[in-house]
Amino acid sequence: MLIPSRDSGFNHPHSSEITPRSVYEDRRHMLKLMAGGVAGAALASWAGREALAQQAQAARPGKLAPMAGAKSAVAGAVSMEKLTDYKDASGYNNFYEFGTDKADPARNAHTLKTRPWTVEVEGLVKKPGKYGIEDLLKLSAQEERIYRMRCVEGWSMVIPWVGYSLAELIRRVEPQGSAKYVEFVTLADKATMPFVGSRVLDWPYVEGLRMDEAMHPLTLLAFGMYGEVLPNQNGAPVRLVVPWKYGFKSAKSIVKIRFVEKEPGTAWNKAAQQEYGFYSNVNPNVDHPRWSQATERRIGEDGLFAKKRKTLMFNGYEAQVGQLYAGMDLKKFY
Amino acid sequence: MRKILLHPAAKPALFVLCLLPLSWLLYAAATDQLGANPAEALIRATGDWTLRALCVVLAVTPLRVMSASPQLARFRRMLGLFVFFYALLHLLSYSGFDMGFDLAAIAHDIAKRPFILVGFLAFFLLAILAVTSWNRVIRALGGRRWQALHRAVYGVAVLAILHFFWMRAGKHNFAEVAVYGAIIAALLGWRLRRRLAGATVRSDGQSKSIKPS
Repeated sequence: MLIPSRDSGFNHPHSSEITPRSVYEDRRHMLKLMAGGVAGAALASWAGREALAQQAQAARPGKLAPMAGAKSAVAGAVSMEKLTDYKDASGYNNFYEFGTDKADPARNAHTLKTRPWTVEVEGLVKKPGKYGIEDLLKLSAQEERIYRMRCVEGWSMVIPWVGYSLAELIRRVEPQGSAKYVEFVTLADKATMPFVGSRVLDWPYVEGLRMDEAMHPLTLLAFGMYGEVLPNQNGAPVRLVVPWKYGFKSAKSIVKIRFVEKEPGTAWNKAAQQEYGFYSNVNPNVDHPRWSQATERRIGEDGLFAKKRKTLMFNGYEAQVGQLYAGMDLKKFY
Repeated sequence: MRKILLHPAAKPALFVLCLLPLSWLLYAAATDQLGANPAEALIRATGDWTLRALCVVLAVTPLRVMSASPQLARFRRMLGLFVFFYALLHLLSYSGFDMGFDLAAIAHDIAKRPFILVGFLAFFLLAILAVTSWNRVIRALGGRRWQALHRAVYGVAVLAILHFFWMRAGKHNFAEVAVYGAIIAALLGWRLRRRLAGATVRSDGQSKSIKPS
């Protein structure tokens, strides 16, 4: 295969091309030295980022089954920022099916059964069908994407996900011309999810995207994070990650993907229309009714007395996704 | 029981007890035990403790009357001042950790968000009660007027619950609000019932019916 296509997956190089481990590790050692300032300040900042990125790829928490992803070539898909600790990313979650406190999901989600698991694709598509999780995992090459994650509550993380663009799946199921939106239905199983049935939300938790948003290469169908399969509390076995929208738009533990003509009613929008819009793009200029969205606290990084950092338009992905909303009044379509 | 309540060490012991939540929070903050978002944890915890202290201080009079232990009244002022103390910590946590002590941003936030405004109002009332808690002020105002002023604490209780309710409203998460709401409602309801029944409470703690027979 001389010309790799997006479908060809990760091509393993000949063993002769693989950098010997000692050389590789020595390089990292050199980079760290440079980051330490040996090679001068200008180089150090570059090397520091590089050393950080190398660590990001290497560090595996060692809690769950490994799941590797090749470096993504999608524009904006690999943030160079410092990764949030795995402990925080897997211990501070909003997943109301397992409790409303952010420590609850890590405590309660062990009951979630992620095998067998099927995702049903239905609605306005030429090829509807049921996908077993094993088939979904193999549907396209897994990539590592390091995304900023901004919660509507005013905090943020940087998380290395493993998955592929949702567009890969959408292309295969061939949406009909009338399909304008994609609806994501998540698991609502009273037997394994203790808070399903509580009156906080309408179950199941439903989210949705406009077709062009769903087709955007940054929109990720994720199966893993930190080089391992997703922990249950982070939406195992398969979830959505839409980095330029508030976190709640990224539906967890998806069981159904439905192609529809009309804008679907989404869980938080139904619960409090004034507070959570359908689009919910990260936008520092449109405040939540009960707090400002102009700033955010980076979990684990910004000290207690540090001023909160400025929130970026579209969570810093404006260059990649801004054109999707050209001409739209983002105050009206919040 | 009476002996314990009148013991000279009773007040200092209660004082130390009231400082335990703060000590725990400081210890937890110093040893990184407040979870992924310590700022949020501190803001919420100081708010929770303000509400708990408020429930405790509002329980003093009903307990005193029901158990006929006038000695309980000795602790009321200190408990009330602890409500103010934790409310102050709550306000400082919000101002510092959330707003970076940016006064303009805080003023803007108060004007814009009803639940912040309500919380701020409750704090303002508590501050008035705190500065008029000295014996000298009580004498200057006269007992009756002082008592009328300090009934503002009932308003503080209602505002505090409203503040908590509003804060949780966006997430439809009312379980805890309901618990505190029920406690406050019971404590205020007890007073209302007595008032409707025509009883007043004399400052020595003995209740006496003023209903003409």
